[in-house]
Amino acid sequence: MKGRIFSVVGSMLLLTVCSKGNQSSAAPAASPTAAPTTAPAAPAASSAAGGTITGKVKFTGTAPRNPTIDMSEEAACKSKYKTTPTEENVVAGAANSLANVFVYVKSGVPAGQKFTPPTTPVVINQDGCRYHPHVFGIMVGQPFEIDNSDPVLHNIKAIAKANRPFNVSQPSAGMKTTRPPFTAPEVMVNLECNVHGWMKAFLGVRPDPFYAVSKDDGSFTISGLPPGTYTIEAWHEKFGTQTATVTIAGTESKTANFTFAAH
Amino acid sequence: MEAADLGSERGGQQVIHTLLLLTLVAVQDTAAGKMVYTKWCAGCHGDNGAGDGQGARHMVPPPRDFTGAIYQIRSTPSGQLPTDADLLRSIDEGLGGTAMPGWKSRLSERQRRDVLAYIKTFSTFFADTTQRPQPIAFSKEPGGDGGADALKVGRQFYDSIGCRKCHGDQGRGDGPSAPTLKDDAGHPMFAANLHENWRFNGGGTVEDIYRRLRTGLDGTPMPSFSDLLEQKFLTDEQLWRVAEYVRSLSPKEPPVVRDVIHAPLTKRVPHAPDDSAWTAVDTYWFPLVGQIIRKERWFAPAVSGVWVKAVHTADSIAIRVAWDDRSQSPDTAWLAHLGRVFSTLSDDSTREQPVPWPDQLAVQFPVSSPTGMERPYFLMGSPSAPVYQWRWSSTARATAIAGLARGVDRFDPIQGAGGGIATQSVYDHGEWRVVFTRALASPDTANQLPLRTGRAIPVAFFAWDGSNGEHGTRMAVSTWYFLALDEPVPARVFISPVLAMVLTLGLGMLVIWRAQQKTSYRRQQ
Ligand code: HEC
Ligand code: HEC
Ligand SMILES: [Cu+2]
Repeated sequence: MKGRIFSVVGSMLLLTVCSKGNQSSAAPAASPTAAPTTAPAAPAASSAAGGTITGKVKFTGTAPRNPTIDMSEEAACKSKYKTTPTEENVVAGAANSLANVFVYVKSGVPAGQKFTPPTTPVVINQDGCRYHPHVFGIMVGQPFEIDNSDPVLHNIKAIAKANRPFNVSQPSAGMKTTRPPFTAPEVMVNLECNVHGWMKAFLGVRPDPFYAVSKDDGSFTISGLPPGTYTIEAWHEKFGTQTATVTIAGTESKTANFTFAAH
Repeated sequence: MEAADLGSERGGQQVIHTLLLLTLVAVQDTAAGKMVYTKWCAGCHGDNGAGDGQGARHMVPPPRDFTGAIYQIRSTPSGQLPTDADLLRSIDEGLGGTAMPGWKSRLSERQRRDVLAYIKTFSTFFADTTQRPQPIAFSKEPGGDGGADALKVGRQFYDSIGCRKCHGDQGRGDGPSAPTLKDDAGHPMFAANLHENWRFNGGGTVEDIYRRLRTGLDGTPMPSFSDLLEQKFLTDEQLWRVAEYVRSLSPKEPPVVRDVIHAPLTKRVPHAPDDSAWTAVDTYWFPLVGQIIRKERWFAPAVSGVWVKAVHTADSIAIRVAWDDRSQSPDTAWLAHLGRVFSTLSDDSTREQPVPWPDQLAVQFPVSSPTGMERPYFLMGSPSAPVYQWRWSSTARATAIAGLARGVDRFDPIQGAGGGIATQSVYDHGEWRVVFTRALASPDTANQLPLRTGRAIPVAFFAWDGSNGEHGTRMAVSTWYFLALDEPVPARVFISPVLAMVLTLGLGMLVIWRAQQKTSYRRQQ
């Protein structure tokens, strides 16, 4: 009997060879408005001396509306909100300031220079069936901790290329999982929950401590930079990337502002 | 040999020799492996291992992209590389329920090891010495397995962990999150139907299931549950119970096709799918495959088989068809899934807009009782030689009509009251159960097959899962099988007492034998 299925499947396979094409993955459509939320976590480390880069991130145009989340399957999460929760695709503040932008030194740090990662873990918390923070950074070699504050099952899947992807699960509140540290720089590692399709977070993995995430007012600060000329990249999940070049001579403070275009 | 030499005086030299030899062997391995790969694997997995071979556009799930070194079937924790033994297992046995065939019988052990070494070269992770896979020290299945108490514990944790979110309350892959699932590359992904363990990627035994629960299937939404043990959410024994519970949802043995459906004679026609009279009736399983003969071809059918029961009375027949379907279509919740299916597969000319299509089922017979072995074309007949069909659809009225099909694209309903058939259907946690009833005799013997006892009537089945984009030629098909309306046992005028004794004994044994057959075939409800 097995033979029979196989022959059917086999003949299917014979017929399968045909066209060739490129894979495309569906990107979820974005949409608008501004809802200020809590500021994402600040970067891990900075040394006292050195130069500082500060700036503001803004956007032009109308911010797409963040889709509302239907949490009716998860009463325990739903009850944590007074108004209908939304996704956090575009978190805009007053005067078109843009939060949740990952700003980092893309190049300019001498290749041989090594930075010791902090031993304190970077923590992501699942609370109200959303990730906190939504955009954040971590250093190569730094411990990564995943917490669950919800009495429901979340799985935490990391989609990565330079690092090993993983998919683990936490079915109850109070669980804490520490993952082996990331081994290679990668902007960004995507985190998602497949039980709750709306849960997404983005993690920038860097070899140095020169990164920050813009706050609600769009501001960010990267400090402790040794003298040099740097390419700074600002990454946003919907609006893409922008770069700027900044030269630091000593313990000075330089400005780099970024403006994204909302379509 | 290496170990022994290490102790000797010339150990260092020997080691260098061995190392040289090993690198040489490795080089040879991958060179030989490349030849095997190009010949046997590249058509699906692509010349550069990116999962983009010629056949790739026709498969869900698509062939693995080896460049990311993300493997589902491992003995290592989530995030780690697989061991060579893990990869060899996948190459030897294939991945159940997917297009990935097993190669054990086709390639020599040497060839399989060579190709294994070669596919590892597609990713730099395998060369990275910091990424050594460390297999989990799996425990052995504890005793007391399979008992009702063990299964109860398993079911309890199936619920409390939240497996039902994806796999559904009864495990048929119809959980609330099911329509949203996709793999790392955004390809559509079904939560496995836990009632079909013969289609599990990594094997269907309790041990296989336990291992998948420990490791997860990396690259898919199916996570690892190992952390639950470390955090004492449940014990190792309880996780084994979950695996046993999952195993218990599938039949003891994979279903076997028996060509002839026997419809016993009953006193009454059970019109309702859940009429208790059906429980005593034997079940027959028939596999369905994608329709790949006529355009548009369909390589990703969602319905993998139908379970059929039939009975008849002196003047009527009832056929009950049950099949697993994750969605009660039409259902807009599945539209995004449908879009993913179309963008992964779409090959044939037209690119259709996703629409919430209904589910459908067709039962097919010849128009008239065939003489000899001659039968109409199984794929819905032809313009000159039509077939007689009962077509059911899950639209609001969920009714069926009888008609004549003249090829895949032409169906002419028979006029009047559904063409003489009646149906009742139930959708229950990922399963459709539909009962068709009709009079044995037919008013129009030219077009509607009269159903008679004592001869084998050809029958075939077709199924469409609307939420998977199936309609028209995009369907799952079976080949011809047979339906036999069993005749009543004629009353004997005289039986000698001795003969009677022999007969009862014989019958008793026959009944026992049949009962055993039945329990192994009948699906667990
Ligand atoms: C008919 C197409 C086809 C051919 C030919 C084929 N594969 Fe596959 N293979 C697949 C598909 C499809 C998958 C992915 C299945 C899934 O994702 O569940 C796969 C997956 C795999 C995996 C991944 C297993 C895991 O644990 O994730 C390995 C290893 C593999 N194939 C090796 C091979 C080798 C070696 C050959 C040649 C000897 C080969 N395949 C030929 C279709 C094919
Ligand atoms: C986030 C959704 C999700 C959750 C939660 C989940 N699964 Fe799965 N599971 C899947 C998907 C998707 C697949 C299919 C993967 C594939 O086809 O490659 C799968 C596959 C499986 C398989 C088949 C493995 C194989 O070898 O093919 C089993 C068994 C299974 N799951 C059991 C469970 C159990 C038991 C639980 C709860 C402890 C669970 N799953 C929780 C999504 C999930
Ligand atoms: Cu979640």
